Amino acid sequence: MKDSQPVFAGIDVGASRTKVVILDREQQIIGRAVVKSGTDFEAASRQCLTLALDMSGRTAGHIAKAMTTGYGRKNVAISQESKTEISCHARGCYYYFPRPITIIDIGGQDNKIIKLGESGKRLSFKMNRKCAAGTGAFLEEMSARLDIPLEDLDGLARQSMNMVELGSFCTVFSATEVLEKIRQGKKVPDIVKGLFFSVIKRVMEMDSLSEHVVMTGGVVAHNAFLVLMMEEMIGRRILVPEYPQLTGALGAALYAMENKHSNP
Amino acid sequence: MAEEKKVVRKKIEATVQMNRYMSDYFYELNEADKTRSRKIAWCTSVGPAEILRAMGFLVHFPENHGAMLGATRMSTDMIPIANASGYSPEICSYLTADVGAYMKGVTPLSKAYPGIDRVPRPDVLVYNTNQCRDVQDWFAWYAAEFKVPLLGIHTHRGIKDVGEAHVASIASQMHALIPQLEAISGNKFDMDKLRHVLALSKECSTLWKKVLDTASAKPSPITFFDGTIHMGPAVVLRGTQTAVDYYNLLLAELKTRIQNKVAAVEGERFRLYWDGMPMWGRLRDHSDLFARAGVNVLASTYCNSWIFSAFDSEDPFNSMARAYTELFIVRADDAKEAYIRRMIEFFKVDGIIYHDAKTCPNNSNCRYGMPQRLEALTGVPSLTINGDLNDLRLVSDEQTKTNVEAFIEQLEEK
Repeated sequence: MKDSQPVFAGIDVGASRTKVVILDREQQIIGRAVVKSGTDFEAASRQCLTLALDMSGRTAGHIAKAMTTGYGRKNVAISQESKTEISCHARGCYYYFPRPITIIDIGGQDNKIIKLGESGKRLSFKMNRKCAAGTGAFLEEMSARLDIPLEDLDGLARQSMNMVELGSFCTVFSATEVLEKIRQGKKVPDIVKGLFFSVIKRVMEMDSLSEHVVMTGGVVAHNAFLVLMMEEMIGRRILVPEYPQLTGALGAALYAMENKHSNP
Repeated sequence: MAEEKKVVRKKIEATVQMNRYMSDYFYELNEADKTRSRKIAWCTSVGPAEILRAMGFLVHFPENHGAMLGATRMSTDMIPIANASGYSPEICSYLTADVGAYMKGVTPLSKAYPGIDRVPRPDVLVYNTNQCRDVQDWFAWYAAEFKVPLLGIHTHRGIKDVGEAHVASIASQMHALIPQLEAISGNKFDMDKLRHVLALSKECSTLWKKVLDTASAKPSPITFFDGTIHMGPAVVLRGTQTAVDYYNLLLAELKTRIQNKVAAVEGERFRLYWDGMPMWGRLRDHSDLFARAGVNVLASTYCNSWIFSAFDSEDPFNSMARAYTELFIVRADDAKEAYIRRMIEFFKVDGIIYHDAKTCPNNSNCRYGMPQRLEALTGVPSLTINGDLNDLRLVSDEQTKTNVEAFIEQLEEK
């Protein structure tokens, strides 16, 4: 019976959000969930796994193999096996786009640029320096400063008619600059679009891009307009997977499937 | 929860002897400081120490003290003291840690060597700017503090090929030090003494190179992290018989390891080259991080910096001038690239780690496109990690760990 077949779980314990993907044997996503990571990674991962399993109609007993990834990958007891988020995002993106790609992942606390070759082999990767510029944390801080809910940023940026360009990547300097723009009477949508542009500029200075660019991460998942801006900037279409926030968890689940015969 | 594999460290037996020699060195300096029985010179680590020794000075190396501040993780608390007195957090964190520690009246020597409560007071400070300009400012601070003469050699930097003009310039600057050093030391310069000291320095350098070259064996009997500890005598005791004796001892032990196929990192799967400074306060963590994954970071530009192949006791001044100018750090990027390519081949490495040390641009060779150029030329992948030699406020352990683990996963994919 199909419902009794084993499944594979990928658990991405990110600095901001925990994500779980459940894959069946045909590599189809049958369950997925996202929860806040908070301060108890173990509890967050269990809650997230339960939600994803509920969606898949399976129980923990059906999991043949699980793999963790992300910032808290070694802090949860669900699996003994982990891989870095670099490898898992690469694996997850190649699942959707099996060709040479450059992946731009904008996460809650870090950015990654990962380059893959034709066969999916990783050629190189870059992570942001010890600085939150251009990450989800930057937008979170700015939304707090502007007293705007995070989820409203995308809609506001779309309304902009005259983008305000910010001079610094630095979260602290940008916050000061934003206050100055408000004093100057600049419109909030124009400032928000400027914040999105700041994220893009920071990412663009991290590495060069190959022909096919894939964007993933929570910031991309919740701010589709940022992808449109990026497309305008680089002058070509950007590939976005079905669940851009889940590619790390998906990659982990795919690795779990590949390593299914090793010890749990 | 994934449990971290315990790392079994293979102790290098010679370490016991090295510790004795280093202890004797520091106590001798301390004695001279307390009794004023011998003149003391402070010297940059790749400066003209041979001249100073030949003229009877005992030599203290502030960079060695800076590294001790880093390795004992005292530095991060000392740096802000120097910052507050006008020395920027952006400049050399050896300088800021060392000056900060002096201002606070503490030294890591006290804990390591009971009875030593301060760095030895200098009679003269002698720097060579072959590494950077910061050493000049660093020594200038102490010259003002101790009211002692400050002498220096100003090396041409960014050199592609070391030419006769460079050598002549540095040699003449070295000659110019002599009358001043005679006046300070009260000793007449003796060329035979210099030849003797230089011959010992050359022997030390040759042996140190042989020690480092043992890492070309598969598996390697030594790691870069071992090298950063065992280079102590090459820095502070070169020009003495003690350093020669030590490296003979260490080399014999490493040769035995090679004969017996003893790996410094059990199950050596990958071999990496380290470019840039160590993160002194994270030596153990980094050593464990790589060893746990069966990866040996086995060679480095940094430890090789105390190899002075050009030393020639038949032609002391010119050969010292050449040796101290041929150093990697003094050279242009094309010379540096050619050097690293030779190292990649010689040590048979699978990848390169570049440490971009925030406060040490001169030892961070990843800022002008070198990793990209070398990777294109050799196909050997690289990883750049951000950090610092001494300022742990600039180090993100989690990011380092993720970067290193991801790089190892990339090597595994090959």
